[in-house]
Amino acid sequence: MNAAEAKRLVFDVLSRIAPEADLAVLPGAAHMREELDLDSMDFLNFISALHERTRVDIPEADYPKLFTLDGAVAYLSR
Amino acid sequence: MFVLSGRIPELYIAVLGALKAKCVVSPLFSAFGPEPVATRLAIGAGRFLVTTEPLYRRKIEALRTGLPKLQHVILIPEGTASTDIAGTLDWSRLVEAQSPDFTIPPTDPEAPALLHFTSGTTGRPKGAIHVHEAVVTHHVTGRYALDLHDDDIFWCTADPGWVTGTSYGIIAPLTNGVTSVVAEAEFDAETWYGILQAERVSVWYTAPTAIRMMMKLGTDALRGFDLSALRFLASVGEPLNPEAVVWGQHAFGRPFHDNWWQTETGGIMIANFAAMDVKPGSMGRPLPGIDAAIVRRAADGSVTPIDQPMVEGELALKAGWPSMMRGYLNEEARYRKCFAGKWYLPGDLAMRDAEGYYWFVGRADDVIKSSGHLIGPFEVESTLMEHPAVAEAGVIGKPDPMAGEIVKAFVALNPGFAPSEALRRDLLGHARKRLGAVVAPKEIDFCPGLPRTRSGKIMRRLLKARELGLPEGDLSTLESDAR
Repeated sequence: MNAAEAKRLVFDVLSRIAPEADLAVLPGAAHMREELDLDSMDFLNFISALHERTRVDIPEADYPKLFTLDGAVAYLSR
Repeated sequence: MFVLSGRIPELYIAVLGALKAKCVVSPLFSAFGPEPVATRLAIGAGRFLVTTEPLYRRKIEALRTGLPKLQHVILIPEGTASTDIAGTLDWSRLVEAQSPDFTIPPTDPEAPALLHFTSGTTGRPKGAIHVHEAVVTHHVTGRYALDLHDDDIFWCTADPGWVTGTSYGIIAPLTNGVTSVVAEAEFDAETWYGILQAERVSVWYTAPTAIRMMMKLGTDALRGFDLSALRFLASVGEPLNPEAVVWGQHAFGRPFHDNWWQTETGGIMIANFAAMDVKPGSMGRPLPGIDAAIVRRAADGSVTPIDQPMVEGELALKAGWPSMMRGYLNEEARYRKCFAGKWYLPGDLAMRDAEGYYWFVGRADDVIKSSGHLIGPFEVESTLMEHPAVAEAGVIGKPDPMAGEIVKAFVALNPGFAPSEALRRDLLGHARKRLGAVVAPKEIDFCPGLPRTRSGKIMRRLLKARELGLPEGDLSTLESDAR
């Protein structure tokens, strides 16, 4: 998966969890949990949806790498 | 006085300052959306609000005209820049102008000091009033249930917007003379392990959802952290499952000590003490001075204690201890309903074993416990009903292995609206914007109609039974139901 595809996927998953968010203005380096008001359950749902859609295993120890949009895109497009 | 902020130093300064000035103070959870914040400010008739500029702009500014009682808003600046928003005051300028000398006036033990909001099954949130004397319970329970000693370094992970974060995040550590750790960051296992190590935390008071998330991560994540200072672990918020208690032993060399209390009791009432055997899955035994019982309610509303062990009934506490709420603000009838004779009924179903340990069974009402937070279905239903597409809404707690329960909504649509993924997202976005992520539903299902009793109340119990595939029970009061 390239970076553009990864970003589309992340946006698609986020728009299901926080549909009120304006993702077009989401800063790439900002913590998504704060920026989008995701609680811990939302974040877990975000991770498990990414896993389901990509079959990429995301071990819990890697969660911090997906705290930002840039981080999540980089992780999925490795 | 209300305080709405993340866990920054000014939050703690503001709460303690308000108590010294003999104000009644109510810390609000900063993750609440504008709706729960405004509702609580209105019920509490807040005159002062201490908050930050971003929170003010996001949650208060637009609602200010609907809060005529709110006279002064004090904004905590970020860094050194002073805030300059019309209709607000700047924290730094106010604080700098004050003398550091202040003589605390005498306080009446029965004078209101704290207002903590909690949710019921129906109606608006209730503001539980606690008085200055509550500090006696905070202090004693800190010592006995949390085993606080002078040289402890204590970390209560709860936010002061919930009662735990005030009773045990602000007051009990102060009166017990321990060092109190405050972390601004939300849960993240590695961050938390880092804090435990760096601060040499010895007593740690946290919540089941966080513990279960750490369990999922496994003990590998603990490798390399020196947590040798930890000597007592406690948990509150919802019942801690036995596996999680035992996992504490495996991961930290200590079991988690579960304890039980609620907003209205003001402090820990039932606990697995340091000195007694922990029974995994049990909330423990009553604190000294607390009389607990399992009672059966008769048709006339009176209650009788059940003496036989392991019989399910309502948990009851003999009324009267320093941190017992003195009322729900302006809601005398709802306050009265919590009592039967000399017994206070917290609304939980439980059992007691032959050794006097209490075991949580479930809530006696429809209140939802999600990630340790009590959520009133009515508040969520009301917000959903504000959406033009929604004709009726029923909200339940759906069991969840991580959060205990998650908020799930069932909605019936108005004529002219059809279920669709786009509409589901629109409703979810609406609820999240108004309520905040912690209160908004995680799941929304469409249904043609909701089951109601003949008196018109939504039968949440039935929605829940259906969701879980359980027997539907007594349907004799069921009026309408378009499944």
